[in-house]
Amino acid sequence: MYEFARGPLVSIAFAVFIGGSFYRIISTILLAKKEKVILPFVSPRHGLRSIMHWIIPFGSRNWRIHPSFTILTFMFHICLLLTPVLTLGHIMLWRESWSLSWWSLPPVLSTLMTIIVILGGIIFFLRRIADPTVRFVSSWSDFVLVIIVIAPFVTGFMAHQQICDYNAIITIHMISGALWLVIIPFTRIVHMLFFPLTRAYMGGEFGYVRNARDW
Amino acid sequence: MKKLTEEQQVVDPGLDEQVKKLTPEMIQKVVKRVLTKEASARLKVYIDTCVRCGLCAEACNTYLSRNKDPQFAPVSKVKNTLWELVKRKGNVDGEFVRNMARIVFTECGVCRRCSMYCPFGIDIAYLLLLVRRICSLLGVVPQYLQDTTNSHAATMNQMWVHQDEWIDTLQWQEEEAQAEIPSARIPLEKEGAEVMYSVIAPEPKILAQLLGNMALIFKVAGVDWTMPATDGWDNSNMAMYSGDFEIMGRVERLHWETAARLKVKKIVMGECGHAFRGAVYDGPRWLGWSFPPIPMVHAIEFYYDMLKSGRIKIREKYKEHVTIQDPCNTVRGRGLGDKLRYVINELCDNFTDVDPRLEHNYCCMAGGGTINCGPPWKRSRMKSNKVKAEQLAATGAHIVITPCHNCHSGIEDIIGFYKLGMHVKFISEIMVETMVIPEELKG
Repeated sequence: MYEFARGPLVSIAFAVFIGGSFYRIISTILLAKKEKVILPFVSPRHGLRSIMHWIIPFGSRNWRIHPSFTILTFMFHICLLLTPVLTLGHIMLWRESWSLSWWSLPPVLSTLMTIIVILGGIIFFLRRIADPTVRFVSSWSDFVLVIIVIAPFVTGFMAHQQICDYNAIITIHMISGALWLVIIPFTRIVHMLFFPLTRAYMGGEFGYVRNARDW
Repeated sequence: MKKLTEEQQVVDPGLDEQVKKLTPEMIQKVVKRVLTKEASARLKVYIDTCVRCGLCAEACNTYLSRNKDPQFAPVSKVKNTLWELVKRKGNVDGEFVRNMARIVFTECGVCRRCSMYCPFGIDIAYLLLLVRRICSLLGVVPQYLQDTTNSHAATMNQMWVHQDEWIDTLQWQEEEAQAEIPSARIPLEKEGAEVMYSVIAPEPKILAQLLGNMALIFKVAGVDWTMPATDGWDNSNMAMYSGDFEIMGRVERLHWETAARLKVKKIVMGECGHAFRGAVYDGPRWLGWSFPPIPMVHAIEFYYDMLKSGRIKIREKYKEHVTIQDPCNTVRGRGLGDKLRYVINELCDNFTDVDPRLEHNYCCMAGGGTINCGPPWKRSRMKSNKVKAEQLAATGAHIVITPCHNCHSGIEDIIGFYKLGMHVKFISEIMVETMVIPEELKG
């Protein structure tokens, strides 16, 4: 099981993630082309301007009026994206398998960032229950997705801290990580891929077409 | 049985009687047509991308005004309508359609503030307009709103104004203006004029003095202008908001064709927001143009140019304490908020801005066709905009200036309902009071 997870499973997961992502983005752009009233209003300058205002903490009024949520979501997402890519253990495995290697985070920092992801996920999960509006619009899949997203971080943290049986945990870690990658293009986690597209389109509609600010 | 809310008990034949005629097959057919043939990329991406974070909630004046009732968050309105239609593939009953129509027509003014507050830029107002489109194709539209659409279909204007009444009103207002400036004119059908001036039907119907005001302003500014004597003068376009896009397209086409026939260099749109939106955005796109075929400026921009260039000078600034209502379609929809403030500061001595302001200002809860849903829904609209009443009261002003007919009527309603003791004015009303009329023009 460990060998399978360590070898083919990870490769398949990456292939599905990369292939699926390309598929979603390209098919969406083709569909947008067919809708006719989208691409004429896309402007790189205004699109980028809009993206910048929303990927910088407190860059938009909605971020400013929700300061604690803003800090939470930015820390969660930054750690979520960077930790897996910059963890020493991952880079060592990639060097062994694919001869790829780059700079890694000091282990203490990557542990801390892992904890942030786990805590952030738990807070998001609880917010879905506690906030009446968010609870009203949430379905069971929203809760499951949070669990899938933080599962590799929980198991990664356990493996690193040698909690429970290492071999079992690391296998679960790899399986959950593979699942994490595979669901990105095919569930609401696709917001990771679509964010630049929807944001850029809105930036064009507001900035290029209407000469107005959208942040 | 579940207790019905006050809003659910409102009687409106446009909804109540119409849903009785629906069959499940009709509903499914229309839903399928709109969701698969008329909408594609945006609908799909928006539905897939929404992570249900709830950050759009506080963008909405209805949510803020109703003690943060989750049902009034923009995302909830989408969940209660569009998500269900998609999930059930249109397999819904008449009662669902009735509720859906109530939500999208009377509890949302498609002001696009939520679209601006979504971190992903999901155009929530567009999604709710799609639902209006479905309601319109099913014939389930609040009766008063449908009546304005019918008026557009029959007379090409919003208020059943006939051509003889139109011409007669313009000539009457020309005479009124001539009492001030004997040489003032409302030139009809002047081919090759620099400007065609566009208004909406409420002006000749109930606010005719605004036309006389413009005759004075154009005369003082020395603008070569004209108005059509034929249909095609009104582009207020409630069909755009009722979901009848075919009628919307007809109205806009005639408007542009009229301007083309008169060979004008540009159109100045009077103080109306949704007419501007229809003419500049929704109309051209429906007709297959990315941008309008003839340049069009809104009255705010026109006044700004006239004041900035000195073609209109101010004799004595207006003394009353004033504040502002930013219309969604010209401020969020055209970025004219700063120019609007320039104009107001030029005209008025004592101006207090609102908070939040500019693109972030709250909706009037009258635009987007909501006020056109008529008296049955007025109380609901008022409950949906307590936040606006509080915002205006906080300025301490006595006069609210707004260059938009919907905002004008909506704010008047709010002032009355919440007993704010304020009055609403258009810019032109203050401009004719304060501008310099050169001696040579006075008879």
